[in-house]
Amino acid sequence: MNKSPSPSGRGGCNLGDLLMIEVKNIHKSFDGQAVLKGVSLTVETGEIFAVIGGSGQGKSVLLKVIMRLLEADSGDILIDGKSIRGLRGQALYKMRDRAGYLFQGGALFDSMTIYENIAFPLREKTKLSKKEINARVEEELEKVGLSGMGHKYPEEVSGGMKKRAAFARVLVMRPEVVLFDEPTTGLDPILVDSVHRLILWGKKTYGFTAVIVSHEIPEIFGVADRIGMLSGGVMIETGTPDEIRNSRVPEVRRFVRGLSEEVSAGGIA
Amino acid sequence: MDYILAIPRSIGTAVLDVLQETGDMFLFLGRTLYWTFTPPLKVNRVVRQIGFMGARSTALIVLTGAFTGMILGLQIYYTLQKFGAEAYLGPAIALSVIRELGPVLSALMIIGRAGSALSAEIGIMRITEQVDALESMSLSPFRYLMVPNMLAALVSFPLLGAIFNVVAIYGGYLIGVKLLGLSAGTYFSGIKDFVGYKDIRDGMIKSLCFGVIMIWVSCYKGYNTGHGAEGVSRATTTSVVMASTLVLVWDYFLNSVMLNF
Repeated sequence: MNKSPSPSGRGGCNLGDLLMIEVKNIHKSFDGQAVLKGVSLTVETGEIFAVIGGSGQGKSVLLKVIMRLLEADSGDILIDGKSIRGLRGQALYKMRDRAGYLFQGGALFDSMTIYENIAFPLREKTKLSKKEINARVEEELEKVGLSGMGHKYPEEVSGGMKKRAAFARVLVMRPEVVLFDEPTTGLDPILVDSVHRLILWGKKTYGFTAVIVSHEIPEIFGVADRIGMLSGGVMIETGTPDEIRNSRVPEVRRFVRGLSEEVSAGGIA
Repeated sequence: MDYILAIPRSIGTAVLDVLQETGDMFLFLGRTLYWTFTPPLKVNRVVRQIGFMGARSTALIVLTGAFTGMILGLQIYYTLQKFGAEAYLGPAIALSVIRELGPVLSALMIIGRAGSALSAEIGIMRITEQVDALESMSLSPFRYLMVPNMLAALVSFPLLGAIFNVVAIYGGYLIGVKLLGLSAGTYFSGIKDFVGYKDIRDGMIKSLCFGVIMIWVSCYKGYNTGHGAEGVSRATTTSVVMASTLVLVWDYFLNSVMLNF
């Protein structure tokens, strides 16, 4: 586990043994239907934590609850030991300033070019000059392999490019925590690998803590430091990639092996 | 027993839904107004929205204003002729247009053109998580989406209403003077004698109110859109219907107050 101080240069990330993110017994329902039924997890500083689980298990909801884009019905979320559930207004915005969120579809502003999308948070949140913003944006474009593509609109580029552009928009603000909502969904295996490499490179370069919601088995085992499986609204198992791979929990085993039913020695159980 | 209770229960649920949505709408308006007066102001976005809502609606307003004036010219001339009062054609058209038809019809036209587009734009931003993306960057969607539209509407509605009024009065002139033979002096001097500052002020106040209604409803419906393309489509239709209806209802109440003061 990497507990070295973040090279992000944004301060506030001196971490020792502090827990970066702690989710405690979160419940969330939509129209009376419970999606999260007491989810708890801890993500330590500098760690990449992957949340796996079947479709419709509430993985994206969990990520949005952590970012406070959705409000939990009950439970608590602590960042560096401080609860963020009661935060409002500027206090909430300050918390979000430390984090970045990569949306499943990228969520790039479709009325802006890729360049403008990446420059947007810098223009709105910093006092950098035009020249400095330009340098930062070009740097990020180059890092995510999109040099020369800045003038294109999101609808003019492929799904993989959109994800990389969205990642650049997140990275340009040097976040301490990045939440990835299915960053590789809909991409071909080569692009999946390239996005995963990008995440690992980003972690190494900027030292962020990450939570990744993913379906990519077994690729995610090579990316995450720890993995938790969400099923039926609760985290049914948490462990290192090896622990999850060799789990004795039937549901986890089935999911990891991609089986719709448990296979016993004598056939399908 | 359940069957007997089903009817009052469904009525109660419907009433509660309406009350909840009304409360949500007023909270939404409150938040929009709060962010309107919270600096910094996104001037570029305001100017861009004035261009979209105001400048690009001008041709439509001129066209509808001209035909409204011409129709009024024919209809009012026909009515006044029965009383031998054709000389009052100018003030009759001007008062109708400035106090009532200008603000209302221009508002309905802008709702149809810009209000629907606004609902659809915000709705699509909502379902593609662009609004969440703003939130995740610690940027208020109200500051970036609602406030520029609100300010653009406060500038555009009275100006477009004024353009509508002028064009409609000239439309009436075309029919009354050029087609039906009324003298130009009679037409315009009547307007000067009978139209006062209060009439213009009341018309402007109406335009401002209708601008607020359009932005309030369109943004609210777009922001709270349902799922997928169908949700956006429903939000767009509902916003146009609701905004248009509210304009007419609010117009009645404004008239009730304004005609007594």
